[in-house]
Amino acid sequence: MLEFPRWKKIWLSGLTLLAILAALPSLLSVVNVRWPSALPDPMVNLGLDLAGGSHILLEADPDEVAALRLENAEETVRSLMRDAEPRIRIGDLSTANGRLSFMLENGSDVDRARELLLPFVNGTGMTREWDLSVLDRSRVVLTPTEDGLGTAVAQAMDSATEVVRRRIDELGTREPTIIQQGDNRIVVQVPGLENPDQLKDLLGQTAALEFKLVDQTALPSDVAQGIAPPGSQIVPYAAGTPFEGQSIAVRRLGGIQGDSLVNAQQTFDQQNNEAVVSIEFDQQGASRFARLTTENVGKPFAIILDGEVLSAPNINEPIRGGAAQISGSFTAESANALAISLRSGALPVDLAVVEERTVGPDLGADSIRKGLLAMMIGSVAVIVLMIVSYGRFGVYATVALVLNVLMLLGIMAIMGTTLTLPGIAGFVLTIGAAVDANVLINERIREERKRGRRVVAAVENGYKEASRAIYDANVTNFIAGVLLFLFGSGPIRGFAVVLIIGLFTSVFTAVTLTRMWVAGWLRKARPTDLNI
Amino acid sequence: MRLLKLVPDDTNINFLKWRMPFYVVSLLLIAASWALVFTQGLNYGVDFAGGQEIRATFVGQEEADIPAIRRTVGGLQDVGDPVVQRFGSPNEVSIRVKLPPEAEGNPGFADRMTRTITDALQAQYPSIRIDGVDSVSGKVSGEFREKAAYALLAAMLAIAMYIWVRFEWQFGVGALFALFHDVSLTLGMFALFQMEFSLQIIAAILAIIGYSLNDTIVVYDRIRENLKKFRKMPLPELLDLSVNETLARTVMTSLTLLVALIPLLLFGPASLFGLVAAITLGIFVGTYSSVYMAAPILIWLGVTSRSFVPQEGAADRQERIARGEG
Repeated sequence: MLEFPRWKKIWLSGLTLLAILAALPSLLSVVNVRWPSALPDPMVNLGLDLAGGSHILLEADPDEVAALRLENAEETVRSLMRDAEPRIRIGDLSTANGRLSFMLENGSDVDRARELLLPFVNGTGMTREWDLSVLDRSRVVLTPTEDGLGTAVAQAMDSATEVVRRRIDELGTREPTIIQQGDNRIVVQVPGLENPDQLKDLLGQTAALEFKLVDQTALPSDVAQGIAPPGSQIVPYAAGTPFEGQSIAVRRLGGIQGDSLVNAQQTFDQQNNEAVVSIEFDQQGASRFARLTTENVGKPFAIILDGEVLSAPNINEPIRGGAAQISGSFTAESANALAISLRSGALPVDLAVVEERTVGPDLGADSIRKGLLAMMIGSVAVIVLMIVSYGRFGVYATVALVLNVLMLLGIMAIMGTTLTLPGIAGFVLTIGAAVDANVLINERIREERKRGRRVVAAVENGYKEASRAIYDANVTNFIAGVLLFLFGSGPIRGFAVVLIIGLFTSVFTAVTLTRMWVAGWLRKARPTDLNI
Repeated sequence: MRLLKLVPDDTNINFLKWRMPFYVVSLLLIAASWALVFTQGLNYGVDFAGGQEIRATFVGQEEADIPAIRRTVGGLQDVGDPVVQRFGSPNEVSIRVKLPPEAEGNPGFADRMTRTITDALQAQYPSIRIDGVDSVSGKVSGEFREKAAYALLAAMLAIAMYIWVRFEWQFGVGALFALFHDVSLTLGMFALFQMEFSLQIIAAILAIIGYSLNDTIVVYDRIRENLKKFRKMPLPELLDLSVNETLARTVMTSLTLLVALIPLLLFGPASLFGLVAAITLGIFVGTYSSVYMAAPILIWLGVTSRSFVPQEGAADRQERIARGEG
């Protein structure tokens, strides 16, 4: 037990030294000393609760994805039936109960309709996207399959994550983290953010831009009651516009979607100096926009953002260049936010902020200062207690304790883990608990001496008999730590990480290293009695 | 140098003599704790109740005008009654608002509330600095509650299983009971004093589960050792011997943990207070339960010196013979 060959000593000391070296860059950064950039610099990352920043959890509603998918399916089915040769006439199309159903006006078309729908129903993936059934030989019903819906949600989340990433990049913040979580969530973490509201505005805006013709046949009294003429829909004006609280009727079909934009910039209108957003269509969008404006000169069309009308100007002349201006009672700030959102593309689904944790940089710095101070005082108290209780063996335990803290920090740096505010509490807890092993060993040595064992045998037995309990205690702590890690997120996870790594470093320093030192001392000094 | 001995050598305290009254008291305390949890309820923080906690500093002011803040926030539409408290220095406050019933099924509600509150505060008090915002929607807080309960149960069961494997089933049951005792009493304290119950407290309880078991394991390890050594000793006497032999270590370890944690409780960041307070409390409860819950239950569960004999492996036997013990 007390035999340490030279290679073992070198190996243990080397390991300790390496871990401590890895802690140096992080330690020096606390006192604002820069680590030479030529050297590798493993650093302990500070969590958002210490460095300041925002953690935002976004959630999409899968039902909304399903509803959008149904809407698209309706368009697809209409055009498939219309473009069939000869045309298949359908009627009574409904999207109630999450299913798409329609009547074939001529029952003999049923086989042709089924054949035409087959590629759409089967989809391009491995699994079928819709279940097709025919009732009474003339009613066709399409029911979304679970797999098909799941794929649709997954695709929507993938592209939503991409859009979120582009929007945050536009803000120019450093090192944002954007991760999809579960089926319908996205975690966004942005360190050192001045204004989290700006970020949330940007992420909360779906930015689905549409241009639709105003239905001038609608009676104002009907519109006020929310009754739309056939083929039209009622859309309210957006908050902050001059017509807030009113609505207008627009034609459902034949509009243009904003997804064919290549650029969007915040600019000022040359005539009235109002903040506007200048947009530029891609080639296809430009030609569709040109056709729409050419065919409808003199008529009003509505600019709709996320289901609300921004403005409904008259088309004074055909717009052929593919460039246009959107006005909508913007401030320079809101116009800029919209421009960013349009540039980065519309979100395929609305995202709601379901959790936010923001910590200002001042609070974080204050926490570090207070945490470090408390840790120092606590360490000194533990050290005093250990030395007055166990003398020389207390000194060994103290040195082991200091090395333990340094190694813990070093290993965290090498592994690139994050130190959070509860993580600081984890450090303090580790300091208080790490000496437990020394207490166990030292008390056992005391006992063995009392029973009359000689010095070497007492020390040897002390380490040996105490090891069993130390081992079991650390395993149970490890179990609790792992569950803490699995359960927690963010700050709590940081706590678990410190506790878990601390278990390994404390066994190493408090048991292995002290045993090596005690063995060295016993061999050199050959004491006949122990003051313990 | 004469070394400090907090616990004198060769103590012979008759712990087990009082096991019945202590057990009755402990069982009553456990029952009272759960009664409190169910009648008083836990004072859920934003993590578990949903809503927001906003921390703010009134820069350049001596003291924050807490009643005025309460009026400002309380007067807002769609915002429930706020709890405004000092948080750290006199010019630092924490404002806690729970979700109103309208928020049900509306995931974005909490975020809009946050916006309303921070906007109103900034408009009313130009010197305010918003230091931190925690905003949790009803759905997420419900998930936290569920996850927390599972984590606590899983930790207790996993650890009890481990003890069962390493010792005997009686010890596993004893450890589980001691842990249940610790968790119950901690929850009871939080219900009694209506201290804020947050994710951090769950983390604290999980840490307590780990550390309180350290004591239990040390005592159990010694009981096992003595069971093999003193085959004829009556069990209560043997348990008393084991507890006394490990008493110095039990006291010392709890003490080192306490002296490390108390400075953090007194001088540490205000946002860590709940976590550290819960762990500190748990250390007391855990130390008590290792002595008075975990050990005596072995008598009722019928542990005998024979419990370990059939299980003794070949390696153990060789070791024993090598040591020259019976």
